[in-house]
Amino acid sequence: MIVLRPPGGRSLRLRPRALAVGAALTLLAVVLGGLTLVGVDRPAPDVPAILAGGGNPADRFILLDLRLPRLATALGVGAALGLAGAVCQSLLRNPLGSPDVLGFTQGAATGALVVVVLGGGSLALGGAAVAGGLATGLLGYALVGRHGLAGHRVVLVGIGVTAILSGVNGYLLTRAPLTDAARAALWLTGSLDGRGWVNALPLLAALAVLAPAILASGRALRMIELGDHLATALGVPVGRLRPLLLAAAVALVSLAAAAAGPVSFVALTAPHLARRLTRAPGPNLLPATLLGAALLVAADLVAQHAIAGQQLPVGVVTGVIGGSHLVWLLAVGRRSGRL
Amino acid sequence: MQTVPSRLAGRAMTLAYERRTVAENLTVAVPDHSFTIIIGPNACGKSTLLRALARLLRPTAGAVLLDGGDIQRRPTREVARVVGMLPQSSVAPDGITVADLVARGRHPHQGLLRQWSRDDERIVAGAMADTGVADLADRPVDELSGGQRQRVWIAMALAQQTPLLLLDEPTTYLDIAHQVEVLDLCARLHEEQGRTLVAVLHDLNQAARYATHLVAMRDGAVVAAGEPRQVVTAALVKEVFGLPCRVIDDPETGTPLVVPAAPRRTGNRHQPA
Ligand SMILES: Nc1ncnc2c1ncn2[C@@H]1O[C@H](COP(=O)(O)OP(=O)(O)OP(=O)(O)O)[C@@H](O)[C@H]1O
Ligand SMILES: [Mg+2]
Repeated sequence: MIVLRPPGGRSLRLRPRALAVGAALTLLAVVLGGLTLVGVDRPAPDVPAILAGGGNPADRFILLDLRLPRLATALGVGAALGLAGAVCQSLLRNPLGSPDVLGFTQGAATGALVVVVLGGGSLALGGAAVAGGLATGLLGYALVGRHGLAGHRVVLVGIGVTAILSGVNGYLLTRAPLTDAARAALWLTGSLDGRGWVNALPLLAALAVLAPAILASGRALRMIELGDHLATALGVPVGRLRPLLLAAAVALVSLAAAAAGPVSFVALTAPHLARRLTRAPGPNLLPATLLGAALLVAADLVAQHAIAGQQLPVGVVTGVIGGSHLVWLLAVGRRSGRL
Repeated sequence: MQTVPSRLAGRAMTLAYERRTVAENLTVAVPDHSFTIIIGPNACGKSTLLRALARLLRPTAGAVLLDGGDIQRRPTREVARVVGMLPQSSVAPDGITVADLVARGRHPHQGLLRQWSRDDERIVAGAMADTGVADLADRPVDELSGGQRQRVWIAMALAQQTPLLLLDEPTTYLDIAHQVEVLDLCARLHEEQGRTLVAVLHDLNQAARYATHLVAMRDGAVVAAGEPRQVVTAALVKEVFGLPCRVIDDPETGTPLVVPAAPRRTGNRHQPA
């Protein structure tokens, strides 16, 4: 641990390992992002020239209107899911307490599907997704409510809610007009195909506002991991902070779902991997955010290029990665008696 | 009741959980600079009272007064700089080290730009030395013995450096030597630094020996409060715990010593062959 003490009574505590992990993840995201932009086609477009305003119109279109918004969406969705996952797991003191397990993601999908069925623009879609996510959150809160938020109960209720909502989503699909149904089905797996700025911007705007606020409460979150009583006794207003943080996490997850569909398992996996890498206790908010972003960009690259001539939805890739991780987590957790 | 100065007091409190009312019209004062010890049978509401005094439980009627004002009106963080609390049981986050956990006791004194001052460093080191866990600093808390863990939690509460400190059964899990060590430490904090301590204890003899002010509770009510010599009598122990006993002088300190009466024997105890 390094402590910086500039004059004026200030002090900053830094963990070299966490810093190194953060730097490495940022570098990874930059490299993978560069790969996404350059693409694997030959000859590669001259990215710096195009970004500076040059290049031929076709290349400009591919880069500025296809690849760049796709990358922005991937980074935003990954970061939002990683951050929201870390917040939820920490607040609930449960490694399985991530937004996708708790049903928020499915709830957001339900909201968005309603708009697909009834027809509506992307703004309505985003709004409906957030409304669906928040409604699911409130429903879960009401069901678990006074029995306390820590423990298995939350996860079990979440699994039940998720199952119900999957049924609802399936029903909504059958009600959608045929052309929309195909699009909606793809969207439900989580996909970055054809994402434009209109998808990325609401999420990026929300991230710009919410992420700093959430990161600033990282110290309080670390205290909440000690239990509500101790955290309160140590000066953290748990009763006020918890609903705010949960709402922020749900909003991020819902906007991510509005942008790319309910991409599975990133919110569950990223915080765990981040903690393993930094080996630091606590929510590891920033590492989880960076890891989520890098993970999603990597998964999208795999999705685009794993099978020649065919694009997979990114949700398929994250599902395979995250599902394996979950199985492994349950096996290890069972052995060490923590789950 | 006499009017000794008291920064922290509960007045006519009703303390209740969802469906269970634990205490009604409960009035308690913690005399300043005292070592107040609360005794009473299981489930009589000792922990509940401590929670209310530490602002962790809001009384449904009555109020807790801190420095004369309703404690509920004070910001959480401000209260945390004045009143410290060690709950009866706590679970450490996975994988956290001893030094890390004790350092969290400094939270109410820290901020985004004041994360780890020299004072923090000195106080945390001091708290770990005082509780004898300095050697364990880098060990993960979940790999410690129950008694070691208990001392780590106490160290965390000490690191908070509050003028008022509430400890819920600080001696559970400790062997007798460490029990005495922790109580001696509490007595020192109270004598040398003038801090006000409140502890829940189950050992009446230790309570009588260390307390400057003893509170006996039963069924959510204070049965007696005052100097140990006045509170600990055979009649009171019978009333509060339903235990027949004799009270004699502690040969070491002269404080009351409770000797439970022997149950009448049937006379046909199995003797070893
Ligand atoms: N969180 C809670 N929710 C509901 N009831 C509770 C809760 N905590 C305690 N109680 C109940 O309140 C009563 C008083 O409990 P409390 O923990 O204050 O007892 P105590 O005197 O500390 O007992 P012990 O010596 O066993 O620690 C008990 O009947 C208990 O069942
Ligand atoms: Mg108790």
